[in-house]
Amino acid sequence: MKILGFIIQKEFKQIFRNKGMLPIIFIMPFIQLIILSNAATFDIKNIKFSYIDNDHTSFSRALINKFEASKYFHVLTDFPSEQLANSAMLNGDVDIILEIPNHFERDLQKEKHINLRVTINAIDGAAAGVESVYINQIIKSYNKDIGLKLMQPNDLQITALNIETIPSFWYNKTLNYKTFMVPGILVLLVTMITLFLSGMNIVREKEIGTLEQINVTPIKKSQFIIGKLFPFWVIGLGLLSIGLLIAKVLFDVPIIGNLALMYLYTSIYILVILGIGLFISNFTETQQQAMFISWFFMVIFILMSGLFTPIESMPKWAQMITEFNPIKYFVQVMRMVMLKGSGINDILPQLSKTILFAFIMNGLAIWSYKKTN
Amino acid sequence: MKLFLGFVKKEFYHILRDRRSLFILFGMPIIQILLFGFAITNEINNVNIAIFDHSKDITTHKIIDKISASSYFSLNKLIENEDDIESVFKKGKVKAVLIFERNFNKKLLTNEQPKVQIITDATDPNTANTIYNYINAIIQSYLHEINKDVPVVYQITPQPRMIYNPELKSVFMFVPGVMTVILMLVSAMMTSISITREKELGTMEVLLVSPLKPIQVISGKVIPYVFLSVINAIVIILLSIFIFKMPVQGSLILLGFESVLFIVTALALGILISTISATQQTAMMISLMGLMLPVIILSGFIFPIDSMPLPLQIISNIIPAKWFIIILKAIMLKGVGIIYIWKETLILLGMTLFFVALSTKKYKIRLE
Amino acid sequence: MENVIEVNNLTKTFGAFTAVDAISFQVKKGEIFGFLGANGAGKTTAIKMLIGITTPTSGDATIAGFNVYTQTESIKRNIGYMSQKFALYDDLTVKENITFFGGIYGLNRNTIKTKTRELIDELKLEQVTNQLVGSLPLGWKQKISFSVALLHRPKIVFLDEPTGGVDPITRRQFWEMIYKAANQGTTIFVTTHYMDEAEYCDRVCIMVDGQIEALDAPKNLKKTFEVDSMNEVFLKLARR
Repeated sequence: MKILGFIIQKEFKQIFRNKGMLPIIFIMPFIQLIILSNAATFDIKNIKFSYIDNDHTSFSRALINKFEASKYFHVLTDFPSEQLANSAMLNGDVDIILEIPNHFERDLQKEKHINLRVTINAIDGAAAGVESVYINQIIKSYNKDIGLKLMQPNDLQITALNIETIPSFWYNKTLNYKTFMVPGILVLLVTMITLFLSGMNIVREKEIGTLEQINVTPIKKSQFIIGKLFPFWVIGLGLLSIGLLIAKVLFDVPIIGNLALMYLYTSIYILVILGIGLFISNFTETQQQAMFISWFFMVIFILMSGLFTPIESMPKWAQMITEFNPIKYFVQVMRMVMLKGSGINDILPQLSKTILFAFIMNGLAIWSYKKTN
Repeated sequence: MKLFLGFVKKEFYHILRDRRSLFILFGMPIIQILLFGFAITNEINNVNIAIFDHSKDITTHKIIDKISASSYFSLNKLIENEDDIESVFKKGKVKAVLIFERNFNKKLLTNEQPKVQIITDATDPNTANTIYNYINAIIQSYLHEINKDVPVVYQITPQPRMIYNPELKSVFMFVPGVMTVILMLVSAMMTSISITREKELGTMEVLLVSPLKPIQVISGKVIPYVFLSVINAIVIILLSIFIFKMPVQGSLILLGFESVLFIVTALALGILISTISATQQTAMMISLMGLMLPVIILSGFIFPIDSMPLPLQIISNIIPAKWFIIILKAIMLKGVGIIYIWKETLILLGMTLFFVALSTKKYKIRLE
Repeated sequence: MENVIEVNNLTKTFGAFTAVDAISFQVKKGEIFGFLGANGAGKTTAIKMLIGITTPTSGDATIAGFNVYTQTESIKRNIGYMSQKFALYDDLTVKENITFFGGIYGLNRNTIKTKTRELIDELKLEQVTNQLVGSLPLGWKQKISFSVALLHRPKIVFLDEPTGGVDPITRRQFWEMIYKAANQGTTIFVTTHYMDEAEYCDRVCIMVDGQIEALDAPKNLKKTFEVDSMNEVFLKLARR
């Protein structure tokens, strides 16, 4: 126990003495949290909308006005020809082209029904889907307007059967993306810092040569590993605390659940990440290799965590892989506890898997650290 | 010049000898592109939903059948009482609960507009919204069927034409993004680390007192990585074409040229990072912590830039990855030539020159 | 006098390469034992087996009565080690390094404090106690490193090329420290390739290609090979 104290003291001193690293560990994450949380939104807005009006009547203008009034669309230009519109699409200046045909008004009155051509840039398929929903909504409301206006007394009045759908968005009524993203990005930042620092740690001593000096001392493997883990564990929890404060104060993210439960889970979670880091550190020869491997896993952990894209949509085999992704569980738990107020029973599956990983990874870390070769 | 070539050759041997790192350099991007190409999608599929049906009549059954028949949803649970709704959400088992009100069929036939409440777990707002839209669409199509006999009223129908990606595949969106992230980080990381490593080991000074000019030393270290990254890029492009069926509508030569340009930009950024960091550790942390999330989030890889708040749209302009993603999509999917992307190309070129100029200046200051 | 190091046919192979080939020798308590050889002769591999960080392929050895296969942790409690690669933490101060290494050998804080005091007075480090080790000249670092290796009063100290790269005056001072430690009963096991240093040892053992080619007091060796200096002894052996 006493020996542990000396190792921890030494590690802390080394971390705080490295002036080049301090801002990267303690400032950069929060700048990123603040900036990136604002950027990470699927809330489709400012859609670059343009049109070709071949009709120029009050009817066509009314339609365009509807789009202009919508908060989703940013109505850019009226293109005189299809060719110019297409070229703007290729340029990336517009994403939607609505084409109003010749005799739009006249045909509508005569034929009652007209098809409108809408061209949508669908490279971002999900966004294109949402855009088409918005367009439908606007046109539906336009149809209502003209229906009232053009209805003739002799038009048959049979009302269609209807079902009313009432959406209710629980836990996040306004569909605020920040509520969703801030806890998630916080998780990523805490994970990245702790993984990278622990991943570089032992291999760095290997490269410098100090590890050999440690290996000829009677220090126990577990003492050494725990001594190395502890400072990063404290830093991880510290980062989380400041991050939660930012989430609450700056982003007004609701913290409904039990804070103690969140800390309990996080403290175990960080152990998993540190175990992975030290394991990588023990298995590599140089810091460069350690970093590449940490990077490799980090990118996989991030992109397959369910934070940016839903896990349910992945193919079955990929979903199996995510079972081994600690970030996935952390993101789930953060959201469940913070936003939904889930209790310990609700997060039991995640918690028990995390505890299991913590044992496995730290066991591997201690096992793979060899004082003798 | 001969001296320089000799130096470049030495650097090549140096890299090729380290089998482990070489495996990491080539193996990892391939695994990643394969993994992400298949796994990263924001289409929704098999979303678990629960139903709380107060009516249990013919209409609600028909609607439920329609919903379970779609590939978007899988019916996970039938709920029988109010309290269960909260608990299934808290457990995270389902993403949406549909509640049909009492006497659904009767109300429908008597034109009373029966209500179906769609509760979604909006801790993930995107999925929540998409789920609502999809369920709504299914119900609309059901209404359309039962209303077949109602005569048309005055209306226009939009006929959307989804261009460049008619099947709305998310692969088309994400493969260029994954490619960019991989090239950016691998290239920047490799150079920044390999240069700071020499600094840390003290061998940089030996090189700098040699008859080689500093610019030759730096480019000598970078040239091998240009080759490695180009090979990486080629492999990734081939995988995108043959595995993910990404079209290359535009010119392959242009695609190659732009990829090399972007690689050089990333390498130049790596050089810049190496000039401002004293140790490998710092260099790695800057390239990993500083680049990873901004490149993923601010480049348009996953989140549409147009939807971001204005200040962030402005910030996104300094992310080289943003421009490369635009270029990639334009060449591969839109099939445009250089006249449509000269602006983006010039920006990347400008950034590269800026990074190089800044690093040269920093090196000079240190040497004096 | 008792033997504190006993080595019998100790061997280490790496694949087909035999780095250390069945070496045998004994070292007595309080002796200064020199271990000589050209670069690549197998000195470092041998020393790593003795201090318990490399497992031998075959043969036996006991260090301070403990077996190198099974009791490595007990060995470590009884030895000090200073390596060829300078092994203090550059980013810690002199005092912090002493505290850390004292601490992991299980000394309590008070003992460490008094030891630090003694050490600082002895090496006249007053001025630099709170400076980072990285900023000190190499000679100082090595003296501190040696003192740190002695901190927990080990029975044996292993020094792997301790004086590489320092000036003759510092080397002289360094050897004075070694004598002092030996006088207090510490056994010194030192590798070097400076032949003049070999003269300072009680006995030297010369390794060539993983084998021991000669082992005796420097005086006797010079007599046997009929030369005037250890340097010539070494050259004669190496040329054979």
